[in-house]
Amino acid sequence: MAEMEYIDAIRLAMKEEMEKDENVFVLGEDVGVKGGVFTTTKGLQDQFGEERVIDTPLAESAIAGVAIGAAMVGMKPIAEMQYSDFMLPATNQIISEAAKIRYRSNNDWSCPVVVRAPIGGGIFGGLYHSQCPESIFFGTPGLKIVAPFTAYDAKGLLKAAINDPDPVLFFENKKCYRMIKGDVPLDDYTVPIGKANVLREGTDITVIGYSMPLHFCLQAAEELEKEEGISAHILDLRSLQPLDRDAIIEAVRKTGKVLIVHEDNKTGGVGAEVSAIISEECLFDLDAPIKRLCGPDVPAMPISPPMEKFFMLSKDKVKQAMHELADY
Amino acid sequence: MNDQGTVHTPHEHEQLGLTNGQVIDMYKYMLLGRKFDERNLLLQRAGKINFHVSGIGQETAQAAAAFALDREKDYFLPYYRDYAFVMSVGMTPRELMLSAFAKAEDPNSGGRQMPGHFGSKRLRIVTGSSPVTTQVPHAVGVALSAKMRKQDIVSFVTFGEGSSNQGDFHEGANFAGVHKLPVIFMCENNQYAISVPLHKQISGKVSDRALGYGFPGIRVDGNDALAVYKAVKEARERAVRGEGPTLIEALMYRLSPHSTSDNDLAYRTKEEVEENWKKDGIVRFKQYLISCGIWDEEKDSDLQAQLALEIKEATESADNAPFPKPEDTLKHVYAGDSEEGVY
Repeated sequence: MAEMEYIDAIRLAMKEEMEKDENVFVLGEDVGVKGGVFTTTKGLQDQFGEERVIDTPLAESAIAGVAIGAAMVGMKPIAEMQYSDFMLPATNQIISEAAKIRYRSNNDWSCPVVVRAPIGGGIFGGLYHSQCPESIFFGTPGLKIVAPFTAYDAKGLLKAAINDPDPVLFFENKKCYRMIKGDVPLDDYTVPIGKANVLREGTDITVIGYSMPLHFCLQAAEELEKEEGISAHILDLRSLQPLDRDAIIEAVRKTGKVLIVHEDNKTGGVGAEVSAIISEECLFDLDAPIKRLCGPDVPAMPISPPMEKFFMLSKDKVKQAMHELADY
Repeated sequence: MNDQGTVHTPHEHEQLGLTNGQVIDMYKYMLLGRKFDERNLLLQRAGKINFHVSGIGQETAQAAAAFALDREKDYFLPYYRDYAFVMSVGMTPRELMLSAFAKAEDPNSGGRQMPGHFGSKRLRIVTGSSPVTTQVPHAVGVALSAKMRKQDIVSFVTFGEGSSNQGDFHEGANFAGVHKLPVIFMCENNQYAISVPLHKQISGKVSDRALGYGFPGIRVDGNDALAVYKAVKEARERAVRGEGPTLIEALMYRLSPHSTSDNDLAYRTKEEVEENWKKDGIVRFKQYLISCGIWDEEKDSDLQAQLALEIKEATESADNAPFPKPEDTLKHVYAGDSEEGVY
C-alpha cells in the first residue's frame, strides 16, 4: 500500500498490465517521449520502448480505429484521447465499430479496447478542455463506461478495463489527477466493472453520483452531519454502463429521498436514466421528488473565472441541495 | 522447346509465377462472383430476399487481388461489393446465401447484418459495417499488430473511390505511412458513388493520394486480371520486406445499379453502361485463357453449368435453413451475456 495521486494510480495500472502481458500497449498523441500532456504515461516509453508506447499522428479517429483493428486480432490496446473534448472525431469508430463488433459478428469477433479520456472542468480549460461527454456514449449498448473518483478505483477499474473482453471507455477526471491522493495497493487487484460502491451509510437522504463531484458530496455530508445532524447515504456509480440497478434501488430505499449529482449537463445526462430507473422500480419508496444537481444546459464551460465557477459544482452547491432535500 | 522444335515463350501469367491451374481457378472465382451476384438480383426481384448490393463489373480485380495474397495467413478487410474476393479466400456460396436470406447459420453475422457485410474469423475476414471506410484504420491496426508481433503477414483492405474522401481513409493511410506498416489499400474505383460520378468526388487521382502519405500509389486497369495480380503481389512483397504500405487504385466500372433500391438510369445512360459491358474483365480473361490454349468454349460451358448448380444448391439450402430465434436479438452484446440480455 502506498499513498499516491490519482494520476499515478492510472499510470501504475498501465505499467503493471504492460509488464504482465506483452499484448497491452498504449497509443495516442504525445504519450511517448513527453509522457502525455498531463504526464499520465510518463516513463512508460522508457520502460517498454516506442513500439509499445506509440506517439501517433494527430488524428483521433485513427487512434481509435487502429486500436480497434489491433484489438480484433488479439492485442489489448489502450488508446488515449488527449482531452475527451477531442474525442468526437473518434465517435464513429467507437459507436459504429467498437460497440457493435461482437454483436454484428454474432460473437465471432470481439474488440477488447480501452479508450482513456480526461473529463471535467475547473482548470480554466474553457469550452474545449473542460467537457464531460459521458452522455454522448451513454446508452450505446456494447460499450462499457467507467468513471473513477479515487486513486484506488482509478487503478482497479483501469486494470479491469484492460482485461475486459469488450470495449471500455475510461473517463478519468483531470481535476482529480493531482488534487486527489489516496492509498493504493501495490499488488494486483481490480475493481469490478458494473458494480456501484456505497461511500457512506446514512438514513436521511441518498446522494448518487460519479467522478470528481463525489468529493464535494462527501465533504458536504460530513459538514451536514456535524452541523445539522443530517445523515447522508452516498452511492458512487463507478460504472456508468452497465449501471448497477440493484445498488441504485437499494440506496434509494435506504432513505426515500434522492439527489443525483454530476458535472455533465442535466438534460439527457446519466442522472436522467438513474432517475428513470428509480421511477420504474421504486417510485413508491420516495418521500420527495427526485432532485438533480448537474452542470447547466449550456454548450460547455466558459474560461472566465467567475463563469467557470458558476458552471462548476462545489461543496457549497452540493451542500445546499442536500440540505433542501433533507428539509423537504 | 516443344515437340515442334520451337521455343515456348512463357505466357504472361507464367511470367508472373502463376500456373495454368491457378489462372483457371482465378477465372472460376470471378465467374462465381458474377453468377452469385446475378442470382441475388433475381432473388430480390422475386421477393425471396430483401436486399442486394451488387459488385458486377468488379469481380476481375477482386479475384486477381485475392490470388496475389497469402490466403492462408493474411487478413482481409473487404467492402460490401467484394463477393468474388471473399469467395476467393474461402467463403462458400452457401455461406453468402445464408447471409442474403438472413439465416441463423450465416457465419458473417448470424443473420444480423445486411448482405455484403462480411466477416469470418476462421477465414481472417474482419467484420465490417455500413458507415464507409471505417475498415481502413482497422486494417492499419491489424498491420500494426503484425509488425509488433513480427508476423510475416499483411492486411488487405478495399473501398470505393467515394470512400477515399473519408477522413478514415486519410487518417489510416497516414498512420500506416508513418509507421511503415504491412497493409495494402486497394481502391475499387467503379466510377460512381451511388449516383455521384467520379469527377464530382475527386478532382485528382485516388492513387496520387498516396504521395502525401509517403508510399507508392499506383493505378491499374481493374479489368485486367494479371495487371491487378501483379500490383497486389508486388505490394505484398514490399509490405513483408518492411517497406510499408501501397495504395492501388484499380479502375473499373460498376455495371449494375448501386443496389436493388437504385435506378441507375436516373443518373447515367444506357449507352454508357453498354459501352462498359464491352470492357468486362471476365470476358477478357476468358479470351486470354483461350488464347493461351488452356481453355475453350466447351470447358467454359461445363464450368458455367457447374457454378449454376452450386449456386442453385446454395440458394435452396439457405432458403430452407432456419431463421435465428427472435429472442437471439438479445445475445452477444457483451461477452458471456445471459439469454435475457445484459442489463
